[in-house]
Amino acid sequence: MSEDKNIIKSDKTKVAITDEVAIHISDMNKWFGNFHVLRDINLEVKRGERIVVCGPSGSGKSTLIRCINRLEEHQKGSIIVDGTELTTDLKNIDKIRSEVGMVFQHFNLFPHLTTLENCTLAPIWVRETPEKEASEIAMEMLEKVKIPEQAHKYPGQLSGGQQQRVAIARSLCMKPRIMLFDEVTSALDPEMIKEVLDTMIQLAEEGMTMICVTHEMGFARQVANRVIFMDEGQIVEQNEPEEFFNNPKSDRTKLFLSQILGH
Amino acid sequence: MTKIAYVREKGIPPSPPPLTEVGIIRWVRQNLFSSWFNGILTLFSLYFIILILADFIPWAWGGHWQTKSLRECLDLDPNVACFSVLTARWKQLLFGLYPAEEYWRPTLTFILLLLSIVPILVPKYLKFFWFSAIYPGLAIWLLWGGSFWSVAIVYIGLIFGFATYVILSSKFLKTTSMALSASIVLTVLFYLFFSSLLVRFLSFLLPINLPFVDSLQLGGFTLSIVVGVSGIVASFPIGILLALGRQSNLPVIKMICVGFIEFIRGVPLITLLFVASVLLNYFLPPGTNFDIVLRVVIMVTLFSAAYMAEVIRGGLAGLPLGQHEASASLGLTYWQSQRLVIMPQALKISIPGIVNTFIGLFKDTTLVSIISLRDPVGLASTIRADSKWNGIYWELYIAIGLMFFVFCFGMSQYSQYLERKLKTDN
Repeated sequence: MSEDKNIIKSDKTKVAITDEVAIHISDMNKWFGNFHVLRDINLEVKRGERIVVCGPSGSGKSTLIRCINRLEEHQKGSIIVDGTELTTDLKNIDKIRSEVGMVFQHFNLFPHLTTLENCTLAPIWVRETPEKEASEIAMEMLEKVKIPEQAHKYPGQLSGGQQQRVAIARSLCMKPRIMLFDEVTSALDPEMIKEVLDTMIQLAEEGMTMICVTHEMGFARQVANRVIFMDEGQIVEQNEPEEFFNNPKSDRTKLFLSQILGH
Repeated sequence: MTKIAYVREKGIPPSPPPLTEVGIIRWVRQNLFSSWFNGILTLFSLYFIILILADFIPWAWGGHWQTKSLRECLDLDPNVACFSVLTARWKQLLFGLYPAEEYWRPTLTFILLLLSIVPILVPKYLKFFWFSAIYPGLAIWLLWGGSFWSVAIVYIGLIFGFATYVILSSKFLKTTSMALSASIVLTVLFYLFFSSLLVRFLSFLLPINLPFVDSLQLGGFTLSIVVGVSGIVASFPIGILLALGRQSNLPVIKMICVGFIEFIRGVPLITLLFVASVLLNYFLPPGTNFDIVLRVVIMVTLFSAAYMAEVIRGGLAGLPLGQHEASASLGLTYWQSQRLVIMPQALKISIPGIVNTFIGLFKDTTLVSIISLRDPVGLASTIRADSKWNGIYWELYIAIGLMFFVFCFGMSQYSQYLERKLKTDN
């Protein structure tokens, strides 16, 4: 963005968005039918910040990050991503989606395209990058996730861990400013979790703004600037990782941590 | 107490399977004689196959090809086939009542058809797709004749429209949608007011004419292929749009698509063909000459498009939601993700169903004999009306059946090849 400051008119208040803020969520609410899945979410993510979101299943953590790139629509409050507010305006949505990368639990690679084609598809069609240049970027990203040799294979021929790393590379090819990770290791065999986490750690070290929904507490300790605990659609507690794990404040957090770290 | 500790010190190298478990012996044992019951069934089946062939082969092999009438065949040997009817009437079976001195036209059209589908079927030749694009016009001109320019004007109009769009969008109008609508309006105006003038002028300048052939003279396999191929080509994109429309979030579009599909599927094709041949004339302004073959093609197209839509919907339903989400999260628009991500996979899943619909459509073209068009089945009755061939059934229907079989089997084989080729998982 060229200007230092952007003033965006939100529902009620004027929010000053500096270039330092990657995501600004205020008083955001979402319902699935009558079910109040997200309640009064307020969250500000600074550029370069690495946030881990955890919580029991059904707590709304996946829904929260899916709202950030509008895979889910919120009904109240405002979400401002990279200086653009998410509204029903399709242009804004497409712009934000091309700036925000997302990696899914089940990889969601395109099975009819090779690894390389998976990576070049969006740059060619969305960014209108020439094919040759897109391939070069894709190879660079595949090298970054350490599987350049699989470039001409189809996703069905790769292991789960490899597929997930391709999915990360595919997002990176769009040169996103923010990355969302939605339980990216939960569908993987234990042997493969590490290779994916290593890739994410490497990204974090390069200064990528990241929001990760994950139960990998070791990863959270090592990488996160901030851990957010959600329950019943609300942010219950957030803190620096050391403080969060060693000295949780709320009872629900204590219960949750004892259950996942208990054995 | 047993010891549970165990450590393998040497690995076991892989060895080949025993001899009875490989090759033809294994196949026969597994597939033909795997149990007593299975063995008896195998022997019974063999017995019946031999029984049928023992009758059929001498009948067909010794058949007469050169007699002048069925009577002559029966006088020679009543126990063998009388294929002479094919020798005498094969041209009619292929071309119907098409003028004999113009037979080269449907023949050339058919050869060009084979050439024009190559770029579509074999990706390597995609650069010749331009030929597939101009083929329909060429085929219409060759089959029906008339002035070359009255068909070419359609293409000239399209080129004109495209050119205006390019010029408008690059020079004058900012938004593509405005340029698009402007060029569409201009193209329609071109067709309405300018095209007939231009046709007259071009015909005067460079007259290229073929003798006109009436639709009712089209017949035989030429007619089956004209109706079948046009129906297949047109119903495929319409089917895709209907399938997408049925899943649309816009209630009006969804309602129209569902209504159309359910209506067409609920009505027999014969009814639609009758509507095409008889009823449509009542609804059209008097004096309009709406070609009967075109009417039939439209009905057949709509009919199979409805089935196609349901087949493709099955393929769409088979795709995980994650594919939509992944393409959306990368910033692809709705149409981009449909074209690049969703459809290639949905169509691949639906290949067997799609080809099934195609084959069904192709065989359903024989129903046009009901509305007195002369397709091969209709011609069989025409041929029998001739006193020389009165009473001949088997030979004619076997020949017609064989020709349909060749086409349908070809389609089925191609679809299986396509499925193997598109298989990307292990």
